[in-house]
Amino acid sequence: MSEQDQPRLHNLPFRRRLVHFLGSMDLAITLLLTLAIASVIGTVLQQNQPYTDYVIKFGPFWFEVFEQLGLYDVYSALWFLAILALLVISTSVCVVRNAPSMIRDIWQLRTQIQKKSLKLMQHHAEWSAPQTVSALTPIYQQQLKAQGFRSRLTEKNGAVLISAMRGGMNRLGYLFTHIAIVVICLGGLMDSNLPLKIAEWQGKLQIETRDLAIRDIPANSRLPVSDLAFRGSVSIPEGRGAEVAFLPVRDGYLLQALPFRIEVEDFRIEHYANGQPKSFESDLLIHDPERATPLAETISVNHPLIYREHAIYQASFGDGGSKLSIEAWPLDTRMGQQPVSLETKVFANSELIWGDTTLRLEMTSFRPFNINADPTEDDPDNLRNFGPSIGYKLRAPTGEAREYENYMLPVTRDGREFYLSGVRNSPAEQFAYLYLPVDENGGLDKFVAFSGALHDADKTKRVANTMMLDALSVLPDKDPQLEASLQLTLETLIAMFMRGGFDEVRNFVENELPEAERDNLAPAYLGMLREMLARMYFTEVVPEANPEDPEQVQFLQDAVDAMGSLPRYGSPVFLKLNDFEHIQSTGLQIAKAPGKNTVYFGCLLLVIGVFLLFYLPQRRMWLWLEADGNETSVLMAGTSNRNSREFNAVFARQKQLLVGANGNSAEPQTT
Amino acid sequence: MTSTELTQKSARFNWWWPLLLLLATIGIFYFYHATLDVYETSILIITAIAMGFLGYFWPAFRWHSIVVSALSLSALQLYGVDLSRAENNFLLQYLLASQSALMWMSALFLAATVTYFAGLWRRSDYLEKIGTVLTWAATTFGMTGLMVRWRETHMMGEDIGYIPVSNLYEVFILFAVITALLYLYYEHRYQTRKLGGFVLLVISAAVFFQLWYMFERNADEIQPLVPALQSYWMKIHVPANFIGYGSFAMAAMIGVAYLLVNWRQQKNPTSAWVQAMPSLSLIDDVMYKSIALGFAFFTVATILGALWAAEAWGGYWSWDPKETWALIVWLNYAAWLHMRMTKGWSGVPMAWWAIVGLFVTLFAFLGVNMFLSGLHSYGTL
Ligand code: HEM
Repeated sequence: MSEQDQPRLHNLPFRRRLVHFLGSMDLAITLLLTLAIASVIGTVLQQNQPYTDYVIKFGPFWFEVFEQLGLYDVYSALWFLAILALLVISTSVCVVRNAPSMIRDIWQLRTQIQKKSLKLMQHHAEWSAPQTVSALTPIYQQQLKAQGFRSRLTEKNGAVLISAMRGGMNRLGYLFTHIAIVVICLGGLMDSNLPLKIAEWQGKLQIETRDLAIRDIPANSRLPVSDLAFRGSVSIPEGRGAEVAFLPVRDGYLLQALPFRIEVEDFRIEHYANGQPKSFESDLLIHDPERATPLAETISVNHPLIYREHAIYQASFGDGGSKLSIEAWPLDTRMGQQPVSLETKVFANSELIWGDTTLRLEMTSFRPFNINADPTEDDPDNLRNFGPSIGYKLRAPTGEAREYENYMLPVTRDGREFYLSGVRNSPAEQFAYLYLPVDENGGLDKFVAFSGALHDADKTKRVANTMMLDALSVLPDKDPQLEASLQLTLETLIAMFMRGGFDEVRNFVENELPEAERDNLAPAYLGMLREMLARMYFTEVVPEANPEDPEQVQFLQDAVDAMGSLPRYGSPVFLKLNDFEHIQSTGLQIAKAPGKNTVYFGCLLLVIGVFLLFYLPQRRMWLWLEADGNETSVLMAGTSNRNSREFNAVFARQKQLLVGANGNSAEPQTT
Repeated sequence: MTSTELTQKSARFNWWWPLLLLLATIGIFYFYHATLDVYETSILIITAIAMGFLGYFWPAFRWHSIVVSALSLSALQLYGVDLSRAENNFLLQYLLASQSALMWMSALFLAATVTYFAGLWRRSDYLEKIGTVLTWAATTFGMTGLMVRWRETHMMGEDIGYIPVSNLYEVFILFAVITALLYLYYEHRYQTRKLGGFVLLVISAAVFFQLWYMFERNADEIQPLVPALQSYWMKIHVPANFIGYGSFAMAAMIGVAYLLVNWRQQKNPTSAWVQAMPSLSLIDDVMYKSIALGFAFFTVATILGALWAAEAWGGYWSWDPKETWALIVWLNYAAWLHMRMTKGWSGVPMAWWAIVGLFVTLFAFLGVNMFLSGLHSYGTL
């Protein structure tokens, strides 16, 4: 299209040259490919992630560079939009330049064509027919018509030219495809966030990056109800409502006001038989000042609600602050001896006074059921439902927090029941699990009593004393010094145990005792400790029980193990979930796209256009009839702008028909 | 599709074909209207019309459809409502249960590939005709397999049923079948049996992948659909896409053929093989035709995708990797078409470009699912 006038290009005025450049095919193709390549970036580099992630990924220097290049949101980066704009301009110019000739081409039958140029055409044929020109022309025109050709007669001095065409709409295809590109891009522009960008440059808008409550979000980060396009999301707990949406912008967000209030009555997840989610549904109530009664609608994935140009989609879900009633069982006497009950909910924080430090209890999650592999075994295949669980963090004044995961129902190990609580110091770690033995009446009383007893100095003294006396009773005469030291040792052992479990004692032996004595002292110390623990249990916790009773011995064993790992557990309480009310929240995406219909119209044009271009070849035929006595010598020629190969057959057949045609029958007889 | 000689060929009895389709449509509607919403009904009608045209221009397609329907219906008969029949009914177990049918498809495609090349090598029209027959058989089994699988998904459980173009395993079968149909059409249209082997190569590759995917990952298990995929758009978006992918793949393989012929011709213009092969200009022409076809359908598919996205993700365009790669593919072929139409390029460079195009397409089709994360919820490898 653009080559013919190449030579005299340089002596054109600049404006013409610019226009020419913009409309040039070379530019078009370059742009198409540039756009393709540029688009790759955004697919290999995940877009609109938290900026901290990018910093970690690229390091501060490259992070900075990439940010300047707008690579974290390529598709709204200036340079990318510029390429698009160029494409649109180029296409427009191209259309504007080609439109006149194309439109003419749709109708014009090329009646002023010369005989010699017909002869030069790749497809041409000559024959002479036994009729006069005037007799022949209606027959031929009839014939051409039968094959869908529009034709016109023109007198050429002495001769008659029949010019025929079919498929002129092919040129329309060109116009449609290219106009479509422009229309689509403009529609897309209407729905882009360009206005926001501009407002931001003008300083009218401030991207909010802090995590604030809605009411605290400053005015210059808020967008009023308007006709502009937006695409945001909001998460609403069941039974609550919202009249705003959060628009993610780079590493922050803006707050978009809605002309109505969305209330969420209920959120449901349906499951297939195999446990896979089958549908996510929300029952919505739209409260609109313009409506007498609120509009009730249920939306689900693939079935959004379109209301006043706003489309409301089911996008995600989460916990909406489930109500939890919890019993905090003391594992440390400084927390008291009796469980304290605590009403809280997910995402709520509460204080926990532990001796002289205050811990902050942050409820992070609730799960109504846990169908997962046994968290304490490696075998991933034996899936079980472990019932409800809560997740929370205990944050020390210093700021670092431990993460806990407690299951509501006891789990069974070798026929004994335990309350399970996982703990870890960072999300990166695996949970380490604490097993608290459940007593006969299904509670923790016995364990807590035991732990209480061990924390109790007097009881420890008393038990140590009796044990010491029993031990030394075998000696012939009393040795107060020995008594005192043994008494002290026993008490210290318990203290150590409470401080760091059996390991503490072992370390002590390792580090404090002389080399020579270790080997026979270590077992002795551990033996004494175990004896102490047993005596403590049978005298202070279950005085009436029979020390031989295997049940009791077993429980003692489990309790001791649990006590031993408590120092590593790092929490002064065990939070036992007693009851809950599951409240979910639904994640809605809310979008407004005024350009949508424009884009769809463009798409329609594009499809029609492309099919016209490819599948409606524009074919022209000419018949040059000259009287030759009472016969007529016929020159036939034809062109097609597509499928020249097929045109061979078409032309040949057309010729056959015309030659075969005589006065009697104007109907084509098929061969 | 405005070729006159073709309309002539089929003009003879094109009255019974539309009639048959009409009856079939009515029958389907009669049996399933309870479960068909307005969209699905229109899809049904559009499908019937499309098949009507196809059969009109391409008589062989009628017989293909008829055989597929016959086989599928008998499979349904044999199944009844009992999925386990697949193990204990002879015909199902060895022929008609979707997995069996698909095994036949795979075997036949591989056989066809070999036969075509054998024909090319021995210069035997007879072998090449056999190749065509095998390809038809493979396509028929493939299509039947998909149809029967469709029924099987419904037998898995009331709420599970879905159209089997919903995961990577299924679309690979779709790819093989559609590409084969496209090739068979052009073969019939231009009498180019010589190109069969080349096109069948890419189909065989797909077959190998699909077999690997099945044996290594049990990808053939029928899994219920995730909510995002439960939409009637699936029924048109995916097939349209694969007509695109199929045409592009075919164009690339024809490009390979072009380069080979061209290369041999440079070395030895009178080489018998070069004589036997279709003329370069014909190959080049078919390559253009199939890219044009691909571009047209890929345009439609991408637009349908946008319409679906507008309904599922809250926007007709999200620059999600899959979307974006569709755009990249599309732009690439738009550029290709311009080069050819307006700058009149053809031959070797365009052939190479078509081959490069296949890799771009392949990435859009597979690479995105393998390497990039996005909203598209199916077929992570
Ligand atoms: C995304 C942008 C574009 C798309 C999708 C597009 C698409 C197409 C298609 C599909 C064809 C038909 C090719 C064929 O007949 O095989 C075509 C032809 C053409 N395009 Fe574009 N085009 C685009 C941009 C442009 C631009 C920017 C120009 C101006 C330089 C342009 C100029 C032409 C011309 C002159 C033709 C030939 C029409 C004919 O003679 O049949 N196109 N375009």
